[in-house]
Amino acid sequence: MKVKRGRIVIFIILSVIILGTVLATTETIWGRITKGLDLQGGFEVLYQAAPNQKVNTDILNQTASAIRNRIDILGVTEPDITVEPPNRIRVQIAGVKDQKKARDIIGKPAQLTFRDPTGKKILLKGTELKPDSAKVGYDQNNQPVVEIQLTNAKKFEQITRKYIGQSMPIYLDENQLSAPTIVQAIPGGRAQISGQESPEAAQDLASLLNAGALPIKLTEIQSYAVDASLGEEALKDSLKAGAYAVLAIFIFVIGYYRLPGLVAVITLIAYGYLVLLVFDALNMTLTLPGLAAFILGIGIAVDANIIMNERIREELRYGKSVRTAVKIGSKRSFLTIIDAHVTTIVAAGLLFYFGTAAVKGFSVSLIAGIIVSLLTAVALSRIMVNLLVQSNLMNKPSWFNVKEDEISDL
Amino acid sequence: MIYNLDFVGKRKLFFGISVLLIIAGVVSLFVQQLNLGIDFVSGTRLDISMGKRVNIEESKKTLTELGYENPNARVGGKKSDVLIFRTSETITPAKISKVEDAFNKQFATKVSIQSQVVDPVIGRELARNAIIATLLACVAIVIYVSIRFEHRFAVAAVVTLFYDALFTIGIFSIFQIEVDVVFIAAILTIIGYSINDTIVIFDRIRENFQKLQPKKWDELSDMVNESIRQTLVRSINTVVTVLLAALALVILGGESIRNFSLALIMGLISGAYSSIFIASQIWVVWTWRSMKKKSVSA
Repeated sequence: MKVKRGRIVIFIILSVIILGTVLATTETIWGRITKGLDLQGGFEVLYQAAPNQKVNTDILNQTASAIRNRIDILGVTEPDITVEPPNRIRVQIAGVKDQKKARDIIGKPAQLTFRDPTGKKILLKGTELKPDSAKVGYDQNNQPVVEIQLTNAKKFEQITRKYIGQSMPIYLDENQLSAPTIVQAIPGGRAQISGQESPEAAQDLASLLNAGALPIKLTEIQSYAVDASLGEEALKDSLKAGAYAVLAIFIFVIGYYRLPGLVAVITLIAYGYLVLLVFDALNMTLTLPGLAAFILGIGIAVDANIIMNERIREELRYGKSVRTAVKIGSKRSFLTIIDAHVTTIVAAGLLFYFGTAAVKGFSVSLIAGIIVSLLTAVALSRIMVNLLVQSNLMNKPSWFNVKEDEISDL
Repeated sequence: MIYNLDFVGKRKLFFGISVLLIIAGVVSLFVQQLNLGIDFVSGTRLDISMGKRVNIEESKKTLTELGYENPNARVGGKKSDVLIFRTSETITPAKISKVEDAFNKQFATKVSIQSQVVDPVIGRELARNAIIATLLACVAIVIYVSIRFEHRFAVAAVVTLFYDALFTIGIFSIFQIEVDVVFIAAILTIIGYSINDTIVIFDRIRENFQKLQPKKWDELSDMVNESIRQTLVRSINTVVTVLLAALALVILGGESIRNFSLALIMGLISGAYSSIFIASQIWVVWTWRSMKKKSVSA
């Protein structure tokens, strides 16, 4: 049979394109993928609405967006805030340096109130602050203060008139921030909050007020904090383990399946790369359960290759030519692989629909992995093996690790 | 070597072994339960990385001085450099800073701390939710496999999947290996493999059944044996590849992923075993019974 060089060239070009793309862009994509706090350090807090207040999904969503505004103060990118009805909000932030400060800023209701001299009766609520009006200033003693503006200047003037000569303490939640004495009625709706420890503290308070009060009071019911260095270590360990595992799998697959083994390895590399791309495109966070699903996906992708190759070898042992064996083997194994994949997708889909948090993360990665596996381990694998076989260069059963004496004479 | 193994003939032996393993696991679950990690018990867990070998006595003393009487502390980490401290109290971030300062001073080092404060309700909710989701997933598998194959395959596949999950949970109970939320992900992964593995063998059984049309018990059992033999290399090779990955994670992966990988290894072996020795055998026994019934009524 004549050797068709064209097919070989296409095969080599295809392999080079795949491997080249993977080598050139993996690092960038890997860098873009958000790693979960278990892999990067950071913390997770699960908040629950304190009892005796009205809570519904709308209010939770408003609270979540208020929390998002506050996290912006911290200058952290991509916090993960999930509303978990009926009454919980999960906040995950990776890569925060000062976790204590972050938690202080996120969880406070930050309800600013002006109260009567006893501190018990609320005269005015901070919800009536002008948007983005809070800023840092300095009083006559050059001490930092926070300057605020109220929307209802008239009401503020009336209240201050009523309390001339008395103190009108300003509270943030249940903490008294300052207790200025009203010397005269204040027009224009401007007020100052003194008693700031430092310009930084004043700035934090101003930012917090601008970010807006939380519509409901939250309590921390669960938290999980990973020191950045520990997270890094976990990621490094996992990557190292992953590298050795992948190497071992490659050696095993090529050693056992020879030529189609090599094809399987190329498609597995493509598999890993595409799954990373999906993670990046869907803005998914890579966590340990996600990593678990990734490993399961590798297993399923390897399995698809193994099923096809075993089927081809079986046909070769019956004495079929390489070309026919590949044709029949690919065809017969196709439905098997589809059934196995679809069953797993069905299961993963239901886990996604009914599961929460970690279970959801797991099932999303699993579904992504299975779909990519269909593309690489099934479609790409077949294309590449066919290119090789049709070139007539690789037409000996030994390329498939089938020995001559295994082939029956029938 | 593998060409004359009689799997169906030995099915009673393997049913026996499987039932014994499950009974051992269930008894252990009743007697000593699971060693629940912090996720399912309320309180705080601190993982304090010392940057050097942990001196457990000194560490306990330091914790006692900080006001934690009789601290429940143990050494962990690959280099025995992590102190794992659990308490039923809630330790606030401010208190964690105090612990950090005290350890830095006492051991002249720079420690880093991983903390976890837990309301057990959440962990239990997650577990319950995972169980419900899994049960619904099983129903869907039964429906899908019943449509694509037939109901006997579907039920046998789901029984097998329960076996694998229960086997792994049982082993974790017998050896009192700590179970945390990540363990749930491991069980889900095991179920995923188990179903994948079983479907591949069933697919071959279905194919051979249509091709050979067995009428007698000997023909039926030979057909199943042959199907298992034909897929055996694939079953073994697939498990070997995934085991390579899981083993690497156990040996090289960090503390947090080790128990997960252990569960995965046990589940994988169980999954490969059960699809051959449980799933296929349930199917063959059940199918034979319905074939007999049919021939009697015919």
